[in-house]
Amino acid sequence: MTSSNTAQAEGPDAYREATTLELRRVSKTYPGSDRPVISDLSLEVGAGEICVLVGPSGCGKTTAMRMVNRMVDMTSGDILVGGRSVRARPAAKLRREIGYVIQQIGLFPHQTIGENVAAVPRLLGWDRRRTEARVDELIALVGLDAELRDRYPAQLSGGQRQRVGVARALASDPPLMLMDEPFGAIDPINRERLQNEFLRLQGRLRKTVVFVTHDIDEAIKMGDKIAVMKVGGVLAQYASPAELLTAPADEFVEDFVGADRALKRLALLRVRDVDLWRAPLVREGEPTAAARARVAESDLPYPLLVDADGRPLGWLSERDLARERVRAPADSGPEPVVDRDAVLRDALADILQAGTQYAPVVDGAGGAVGVLSIDVVGHFLAQGDTTEESPSARAGVDP
Amino acid sequence: MSEFAGAIDFILHERESQTGGTQVGGQQLLPLLWDHLQLTGVSVAVAVAIAVPLALWLGHVGRGELLATSVANVGRAVPSLALIAFFVAYLGVGFTNVTLALVLLAIPPILTNTYVGVRQADRDAVDAARGMGMTGAQIVRRVELPLALPLVMGGIRTSVVNVIATATIAPLAGVATLGDPIIAAGVYGTEGRLGAAILVALLAVAAEALFALLQREVTPRGLSSTRTAKTSRRLKPA
Repeated sequence: MTSSNTAQAEGPDAYREATTLELRRVSKTYPGSDRPVISDLSLEVGAGEICVLVGPSGCGKTTAMRMVNRMVDMTSGDILVGGRSVRARPAAKLRREIGYVIQQIGLFPHQTIGENVAAVPRLLGWDRRRTEARVDELIALVGLDAELRDRYPAQLSGGQRQRVGVARALASDPPLMLMDEPFGAIDPINRERLQNEFLRLQGRLRKTVVFVTHDIDEAIKMGDKIAVMKVGGVLAQYASPAELLTAPADEFVEDFVGADRALKRLALLRVRDVDLWRAPLVREGEPTAAARARVAESDLPYPLLVDADGRPLGWLSERDLARERVRAPADSGPEPVVDRDAVLRDALADILQAGTQYAPVVDGAGGAVGVLSIDVVGHFLAQGDTTEESPSARAGVDP
Repeated sequence: MSEFAGAIDFILHERESQTGGTQVGGQQLLPLLWDHLQLTGVSVAVAVAIAVPLALWLGHVGRGELLATSVANVGRAVPSLALIAFFVAYLGVGFTNVTLALVLLAIPPILTNTYVGVRQADRDAVDAARGMGMTGAQIVRRVELPLALPLVMGGIRTSVVNVIATATIAPLAGVATLGDPIIAAGVYGTEGRLGAAILVALLAVAAEALFALLQREVTPRGLSSTRTAKTSRRLKPA
């Protein structure tokens, strides 16, 4: 009775709780070598978090990840999944409860997509009906066409194969996922799309994920926490993306995150996170004297003309204000208009692209709520604020 | 009558032997053909039973490359006639001894091909299989063997053809195969010698064709479609 209950918890309907992961002073030295590839590595990953291992090649990030499912055996220390040592049960059994995605994907070329996705349920001895239902569910979950189910891996594009790889790893609904440069072999456009899709998926599934990459931008985008590693498997810093960018622990981390780390932080923030300027709003038909008074109180040289619902129509010029009453249309259009939920980097890019210094900020309904200025952004970055939200929350609003 | 027409006639019609007293040719060839096929079948079956599991294991653990390749080379270098002579001299004549000699002849191509087939199986697929929790035996059965199967079948094909050809010298060790008329031309006549040679050749060609078909049949569908997509699959960066 108990066993059938456990099996049910793995089923398509009930998602299992994510698990914690802890590396306790883990070291790895290969026989015949006196230099360790992992030195005294300790990490704690909270349930449902994405922990990115990042570093130059040879820093042992893949080795560290592969020790979690015992593809590589540690020399000393211990790894706990959900508080339980990975050495407490046979390796094959442990691995069936940990999703595993590698850069080369490693789909079985002689099996259809459906058979590939069903691989772990088959190992776990699920009955046919349950397996079939789970395969259909997963293929839809990763955004693949149901008709691809009976195709073979060689007939799919790289992006499609990578989605199958993720679906296969999710098949038994493992509470922990290991991903080794999963999007490394994908072209930049599709990589961005797959990253966003994965983050959105993560927003729903809340797996604990260990994600290996050599790309700091990918790390910043994907990670709740980032572990920067040095050659020899030494942990240089373990922090959230914003902390990493504002307060690198040492010169190595500073170099690794790059000279443009201030700019990188913009990708972590939204327009609403900075203090917007209050916009001097005016409506058609109002006396220009009132408009002038509002401009004088604000940081802006010109008033913003809005319609009856508060939607920006354009900027009024000196010439517009020379009249007695405000009249439409305004001398110049309101563009660019930025959404308050937009990523700050994108909003700033829009402003720079348009060759202006500031832009009206609107809420979901399109009403003006303030003005974003380049000055504000510069000032904000200088403060060293570490506001941030989870990567999947950011991906939820990204286009 | 030309020699060739005489040989065909020997295959189709019985006649009295050159030495008199017994009938040869025609229907009388059937027992020889049967023994020939039996000897080939048993030898190759035993060779498969030994070489395939051994090579699967060696390939799976990634060891024994030297063994697999040197077995193949030794197998090619030792003449089968010498092998049979050796067995006759030390073990005596008979079906079992000839079979043993032919098994030794059949093993190398199967062993080498199977080994290479396993080593060539997509290493990333094998890594993924291990990472998802397959045991060693499951990896062999579900991933490595299916991917190696076309090469395994290719090895068997080579062995079958070799054994069919070599089984013609079995009469020297007391097993009457289609080699008998070739060796004992004094009894069967020159038409008999040529006729039997033609039969053995036809048998080898037929076996080759049959196993080529089987080889295509066991190639997994997903692999046959990789052929068209091979270039794009090779493009993965290291």
